[in-house]
Amino acid sequence: MSLIASILKKKSSNVLSIYFTSGFPELNDTTKVIEVLSKSGVDFIEVGLPYSDPLADGPTIQDSSQKALKNGMNLDLVFDQLMRIKTTNTTPLVLMGYLNQILKYGEDKFCQRMTDCGIDTLIIPDLPMLVYEEHHRELFKRYGINHVFLITPLTTDERIRKIDSYTESFIYMVASNTTTGAKSNISKQQIDYFKRIESMRLRSPLIIGFGISNHHTFIEVCKYANGAIIGSAFIQFLKVNGVKKIPEFIQNITRSVY
Amino acid sequence: MKSTFQPDKNGYFGQYGGAYIPELLYPNVKEIEDHYIQIIASKAFQQEYKSLLKDYVGRPSPLYYAKRLSGKYGTHIYLKREDLNHTGAHKINNTIGQILIAKKLGKTQIIAETGAGQHGVATATVCALMGLDCTVFMGEKDIIRQAPNVARMKMLGAKVVPATSGSKTLKDATNEAIRYWIQHPHTFYLIGSVVGPHPHPDMVARLQAVISEEMKWQLLEKTGKENPDTIIACVGGGSNAVGAFYHYMEEKDVELIAVEAAGKGVYSGKSAATSQLGEVGIIHGSKTILMQDDYGQIVEPYSISAGLDYPGVGPLHAFLYDTKRAKFMNATDEEALQAAYELTRIEGIIPALETAHALAVLPKLIFDKDQVVVINLSGRGDKDLETYIKHLKE
Ligand SMILES: Cc1ncc(COP(=O)(O)O)c(C=O)c1O
Repeated sequence: MSLIASILKKKSSNVLSIYFTSGFPELNDTTKVIEVLSKSGVDFIEVGLPYSDPLADGPTIQDSSQKALKNGMNLDLVFDQLMRIKTTNTTPLVLMGYLNQILKYGEDKFCQRMTDCGIDTLIIPDLPMLVYEEHHRELFKRYGINHVFLITPLTTDERIRKIDSYTESFIYMVASNTTTGAKSNISKQQIDYFKRIESMRLRSPLIIGFGISNHHTFIEVCKYANGAIIGSAFIQFLKVNGVKKIPEFIQNITRSVY
Repeated sequence: MKSTFQPDKNGYFGQYGGAYIPELLYPNVKEIEDHYIQIIASKAFQQEYKSLLKDYVGRPSPLYYAKRLSGKYGTHIYLKREDLNHTGAHKINNTIGQILIAKKLGKTQIIAETGAGQHGVATATVCALMGLDCTVFMGEKDIIRQAPNVARMKMLGAKVVPATSGSKTLKDATNEAIRYWIQHPHTFYLIGSVVGPHPHPDMVARLQAVISEEMKWQLLEKTGKENPDTIIACVGGGSNAVGAFYHYMEEKDVELIAVEAAGKGVYSGKSAATSQLGEVGIIHGSKTILMQDDYGQIVEPYSISAGLDYPGVGPLHAFLYDTKRAKFMNATDEEALQAAYELTRIEGIIPALETAHALAVLPKLIFDKDQVVVINLSGRGDKDLETYIKHLKE
């Protein structure tokens, strides 16, 4: 069972995950951010691998990625950083990056270094299901890596069922037809979509992401899924307030939940 | 026509192509994939497409025997005059076709990316013609260097949205168009070249194929043979080149030459000669040859020509390069400018800066005196006058 799966087994509601871009705001902040998030009680952490042309991301993550790349971040460095906290970090990590980075790095080398760091879950938003089925399913299996698929309001039931059958950690439920970016409200339309997916009674846990930004949106979406991922809103906070203030952000999100 | 140069059912030309897109785009792309072949093959589409190409675009575009240019290079040079099309480039062949597909799919809002602004203008034009809403994404840098086309798009009623990320050129305009498409799945993304996820490269190739379809009978009339010896075209994404090559790809005796932009020199660090500098990678949903660094980050390209300033090539071109079916050459900014001045002075035709790159390889080639060479004159140079005048003075 993946590390995330075991977390989700113990805790099935109000799961909070935070996405951040590695190497942001400063090159060596990656491990500091993880440490503080971990201490603040976040359930799992998504480590973004900055990419020059992130198609599924809005302006906030584009900017943090550009900054991280300017800082000199690259895959070798991020793995070095993550290796250093392997034994001390207790919060499961998920890597998120675009396929071209991984292809260029070498898929086997990538999988090897990732597993060496004790990470077993990966999100590649532009990895098509077809290519996964023909190649990556087998590759990831050899390394004990789980790939997380995204579903959106327009993903057909048939496709969702297939994704459910491939999933060993969680399904990443994209909250609306958008790129990443903080939004302050959840619409009626989104709730209808959440309810539709909920009623499918999938075997995999559902984590909602894209547009979740504050206590209100977090609580709202957690009614329909096992938890939520916050990315852009966290990055904006981090940019303005710095690493030390992270606990404030997390407390503000979770407030009365615990 | 089933051939090695047609994509397989998943959109691959050899190892290149496919649809490397986030789930967010899957339904958008699937809708087109499910319908495009059927729509293009339908009688209704063919009738309307052909009739608009004839009466609105002004096709067939002439195949002009460039006597003085031929004399200079000691061979027979024909120019396929895509510059004489309505809106001034080959781009309109594609936009006429795609707008009919969009209408058939019931779309009312159209988005597009543009580099030189030719595709933006061609899109804004067909949207005006059909009464559809039009938004064009264009790099901030290109908005400045191709100002006349920005004005044309606005006059045609299109909204021009500046892309301010990355190199602020064609790659970034395409990123923004794709992101907008994710957020507005009911819009139709009218892509401007043979790039993007399957089926876009194949759809655009089929719509530009009219160029070589006409060349066949025009050459037969003028030379007694359908096949030329050599076809030369510039390559940004590759749509005018695919159009000029399409019906000749299986004809092994026809030499195909694709010309990329070498900027200040292929290895100067300021270049867009993708086949020379790139490696296998993924850009805009397609596996192709891509300019990237050691960690797979896309490298920002450079060319004086906004339409060739792109760090990838269409997947079919990557395949033509690998299989050596096409010969890839390149031309620097300076060589392109000289070629543009030359054509202007000896034939009275001001070519687009993109097209000038195709002309610029003439001095680098050795011709036989009986050789029949076709250069695809992809566009006219009105939009580039400011650049031409500026460099003429220098
Ligand atoms: C006149 C002209 N030729 C060529 C190109 C390059 O595009 P492609 O390689 O798709 O033909 C452009 C693009 O803007 C253009 O305007």
